Amino acid sequence: MSMPAVKTDAAMTALPVASAPVVTMTPKRAPQSEKYIKMAREAAVRVVPPLIVVALLLVVWELICRRAGSALPPPSRVFSDTRELIFDPFFDHGGIDKGLFWHLSASLQRVAYGYSIAAIVGIALGTLVGQSVWAMRGLDPLFQVLRTIPPLAWLPLSLAAFRDGHPSAIFVIFITSVWPIIINTAVGIRNIPQDYRNVAAVVQLNPLEFFTKIMIPAAAPYMFTGLRIGIGLSWLAIVAAEMLIGGVGIGFFIWDAWNSSHISEIILALFYVGIIGFVLDRLIAGLAKIVTRGTAVN
Amino acid sequence: MQAYLKLDHIDKTFTRGNATTEVLKDINLTIDKGEYVSIIGHSGCGKSTLLNIVAGLTGATRGGVLLENREVNSPGPDRAVVFQNHSLLPWLTVYENVKLGVDKVFARTKTRAERDAWVMHNLNLVQMAHAKDKRPNEISGGMKQRVGIARALAMEPKVLLLDEPFGALDALTRAHLQDSVMALHQKLGNTILMITHDVDEAVLLSDRIVMMTNGPSARIGEVLEVPLARPRKRLELATNPGYLKCRQRVLEFLYERHRFVEAA
Repeated sequence: MSMPAVKTDAAMTALPVASAPVVTMTPKRAPQSEKYIKMAREAAVRVVPPLIVVALLLVVWELICRRAGSALPPPSRVFSDTRELIFDPFFDHGGIDKGLFWHLSASLQRVAYGYSIAAIVGIALGTLVGQSVWAMRGLDPLFQVLRTIPPLAWLPLSLAAFRDGHPSAIFVIFITSVWPIIINTAVGIRNIPQDYRNVAAVVQLNPLEFFTKIMIPAAAPYMFTGLRIGIGLSWLAIVAAEMLIGGVGIGFFIWDAWNSSHISEIILALFYVGIIGFVLDRLIAGLAKIVTRGTAVN
Repeated sequence: MQAYLKLDHIDKTFTRGNATTEVLKDINLTIDKGEYVSIIGHSGCGKSTLLNIVAGLTGATRGGVLLENREVNSPGPDRAVVFQNHSLLPWLTVYENVKLGVDKVFARTKTRAERDAWVMHNLNLVQMAHAKDKRPNEISGGMKQRVGIARALAMEPKVLLLDEPFGALDALTRAHLQDSVMALHQKLGNTILMITHDVDEAVLLSDRIVMMTNGPSARIGEVLEVPLARPRKRLELATNPGYLKCRQRVLEFLYERHRFVEAA
């Protein structure tokens, strides 16, 4: 993946000075190839700087940690130690001795459950609070207090209530991600312009039509802000929660690796956790972009 | 003859905490079917409030609105509004914006194909059929207002309410749209109630001009008949003595007898 990008950049960096006058003088002769060159150049501008920084960091890390007696392994040893985990993520030796794929998918599943419930409940409650002054007066102070409780503080309580690790983890995900969804949805609903309400009144939309045709699209940009914060928080919370409840999951994988002093495995797991968190965030952002096509501009 | 639309002794007061402001005082007005009536007044005199009361978006404190002898006090498609800032829903296309009202009003009386044809018919009336798949932010301000007019017309309202429909447009676009509205009125014979603060616009378009005094407690100061034959032509009217006389009357009312006094 990274090699071609670096190559393109090497080619690009040499080009600009020489090609700049050519671009202006022969715009019609090769518009297609010019376009590709421009696209490649833009991609290179985005991809190359982070690659260089990562490479530099790896070098520095290698230099610092390669000495004998260093507490953390250098990147070269991380790679050699976790070779099997990297190249065979699908093994399953029973119990919790599974490949990283299974751990990650177990964690993602919990997040999917907890987050879906949070999205539904959050949008419903947010709509209620945004629409009704009395609901806001009654519920908002409660939300403001509850949302400051750290996710893990809910875990013992939910373990006591559910008497099982799995639903408790899902509950922790839910309770962590629901607040930003509620609050942002409520703000979005409250900010629906009076004009749109007037239009709905003149056309005589019934409450259900008003909800689906006016409220949801008008408040969608706000809702997605909440949903995006929510997915980030739930991914933060799942790792911590799984460390405590045990079983299959990336959180307990990290904790287990620590208990058996496999520091390299921890580093590899952190890498995956970061990448997946990033992908989740992008997914919601991409979804937001598709759904709010019309509204985001205004 | 019975009045088609009747504004009967309308008072409107706004109360905020202990402060009460009387905005409108004893508004009486009757409008015949097919008539084009403008309400003109300085800003803040409550003319938009009056239109909102007719539309049913705001309630009157006393008095009421009668349409064909039946009281109306909630909004409905029989009194479609063209809003000043177009109020098109930005996530719907031009076609879908018009369809929203059509689907509700003709849910039972027209088939799906008929409704589709009706939407296109109304977009054609305002010459916007070519942009039916565009979103509001992809078309100009004048075009948006055309779509707003199409949306209102498509509901087949008994009364068409125009709330300073051309206020946000540049002068050339405004003239163009005024001509369009005149042509539509000529063709369809709608009953129209328009709010405006533009004297020329009021004289050019209206059969009668209702002049409001300054608020608070704004009243109808004077009602002026505009005895100009239709169809009216903007350029010919510029030198027409009747037109100039009407214009003079409105200007005198607004700038001599009821000058706008800036609140200190």
